[in-house]
Formats: sequence, C-alpha cells, structure tokens
Amino acid sequence: MTDNEDNLLDVAPGIPHSNIVSETGAYVIGLALAVILTGVSFWVASTSTLWGPGVAVGLVVLAIAQMGVHLVFFLHITSGPDNTNNVLALAFGVLIVFLVMIGTIWIMSHMDANMAPDPVMMNLQMQH
Amino acid sequence: MTTEAATIGLTHGGSEDTGLGHRGPESKSIVVPYGFWLFVLSDMILFSALFATYATLVNATDGGPTTNQLFDRNLVAIETMALLLSSFTCGLAMIAAKRKNMLWTQGWLIVTGLLGAVFLFIELYEFATMIGEGAGPQRSAFLSAFFTLVGCHGAHVTAGLLWIGTMMAQIWAKGFREHIIRRLLCLSVFWHALDIIWVAIFTIVYLIGTLP
Repeated sequence: MTDNEDNLLDVAPGIPHSNIVSETGAYVIGLALAVILTGVSFWVASTSTLWGPGVAVGLVVLAIAQMGVHLVFFLHITSGPDNTNNVLALAFGVLIVFLVMIGTIWIMSHMDANMAPDPVMMNLQMQH
Repeated sequence: MTTEAATIGLTHGGSEDTGLGHRGPESKSIVVPYGFWLFVLSDMILFSALFATYATLVNATDGGPTTNQLFDRNLVAIETMALLLSSFTCGLAMIAAKRKNMLWTQGWLIVTGLLGAVFLFIELYEFATMIGEGAGPQRSAFLSAFFTLVGCHGAHVTAGLLWIGTMMAQIWAKGFREHIIRRLLCLSVFWHALDIIWVAIFTIVYLIGTLP
C-alpha cells in the first residue's frame, strides 16, 4: 500500500503510516518524553523545594501529560481527518472517566464532611 | 460517480442510501481494531470506577497500615521502567511485523513479554510482602480498594502476557497473514493502554500516597 493510498483511507489506532526510520523515531521520542515525565514525577514527589499543597496537583498534571505522550507516540492518535473516529471515541471515553472520578470524589467527600462522627471513630481520631 | 452521488443525495434515506458513504463499509483491518479501541476505552471507564473507589476509601484504614507505611517508591520506579520499556519494544515488534520480519518480530515480542513478566513478578512480590505483614485485602477498606485496583491491572498484564505468547505461536505457525497482523495490532493497542493505566496508578496510588 502506498503512502498516497494510506492518506485516503481511515486509520485504525496503533497504525503509523510512514517509513521505518520515522516510525522508530516516533517511538524513541515517545519513550524519551515518557522517561523524562516519569523522572520529573518521581523528583517532584520526593523534593522539599516545591510548595507542598501544589505537589499533588502537579503530579496529576504530569500524569495526564504522560498519557498524552503515550496516545500520540505509541497509539498514534492524531488530529488528522483519518483519525476522527478514534479521537471522538477517545473524547467520549475521557468524558465518562472524568464524570465518574470527579463526580464520585466530589459527592463522597461532601457526604463524609456532613456525616456526624460516631463515638468509636472519635476515639480513634483522639489516639492519633 | 457524479450521477451516483446525485442519486444518493436525492433519495434522503431511501432504500439506496446505506448510510455507509459511497465507499461502503470499511475493510476489516479498520473495523476490527476500531472495535477493539472501543473495548479498550470501556476498560478505562471500568478502571475509572476503581480509581474513584480507591480515592474514596484511601483514608479508611481502620487503624491499620497507611499508604506511607506500605509503599516502596524504589520498587515502583523499577516496575514503571519495565512496563514503559515493554510498551516501547511492543511498538518495535509492530514495526517489524509490518515488514514481515520474523526474527525481529519474535525477538521484540519476547523482550516485551519478559519485561511484562518482570513487572508482574515485582508486583506479586509486593503483594506477598504486604499480605505477610498482615496488610492483606481483608485488613481495611483502603487495602480492599488497593488490591482491587492494582490487582485488576495486574490481571490485565497477566492476560496480556498470555496473549503475547499466543501471538508468537500464531506468527510462528501461520506467518504474517492479514488476520494475524490484525490480532497483533489489537494486542499492541491493549499493551499500550495497560501502560497508560499504570501511569495513573503510580501517580495516584504510589506517588501521591507517599508524599511526606
């Protein structure tokens, strides 16, 4: 199949379309970026030079960035017209994932805050 | 072509309009991996529910061990590198398979499988140590959620390892036929997705869990 034909057809996730050097290069770039982001994550988590309360948020941002790197360089999700179906499915998946996670954490933390503490739990908290 | 297009345009959903465009349905090499992509996304939604459960229960330790006492960052760093490198070599195996190179395809697949096995071995070691210290899944709600979330990912990796072995045998026995390549592509999508989920696990469970 020629490159020209490739560009006309839809592309399944995971299929890159180019020559061996640029294909391997994309994986090498992806690996390098992922290693850097992982390294920064572990550094951010162990250093004391950063503002404490911001560290958890920073780690989540780094994780989302690394997921993006994996999607682009390993799964070859692009913004090209041949990838529209893959991107739309991904967008829907991400929407549901965020609804489930943020919705649960939000509601459950409020329920936790509104719950009257029972005596046993109070005693446990006193011991700490 | 123009008359055909005009006919379809004028029928407005009549019997001639298949709703599949002028080219008809896509080939199996597009439809099958796309369906598998939908499965992988639904799998991520399953994991999002487990993450939400874990985030809700992480402080429900019932006086038992907490995240800071249980997790070892050095082990997690090795696990992370093993899985990341296996994702990379899985991509290299796909590049070799696309060019129908038996030696490199099998070579990179076995490296992928071995790195996955290293990951799984370390995870099982961690689980065994925790259970040995009395921090098993029945100890507290936090530990139940932890073993469910991380264990579910581990079960996926185990399934992936079996799949890698199966694909190596199929490529060996049948060669690079179209449907074998298709299965291999689905395997690579599955394996990369496992690494994406691991990124969320090592960040949310291990790194945020061991902040000072």
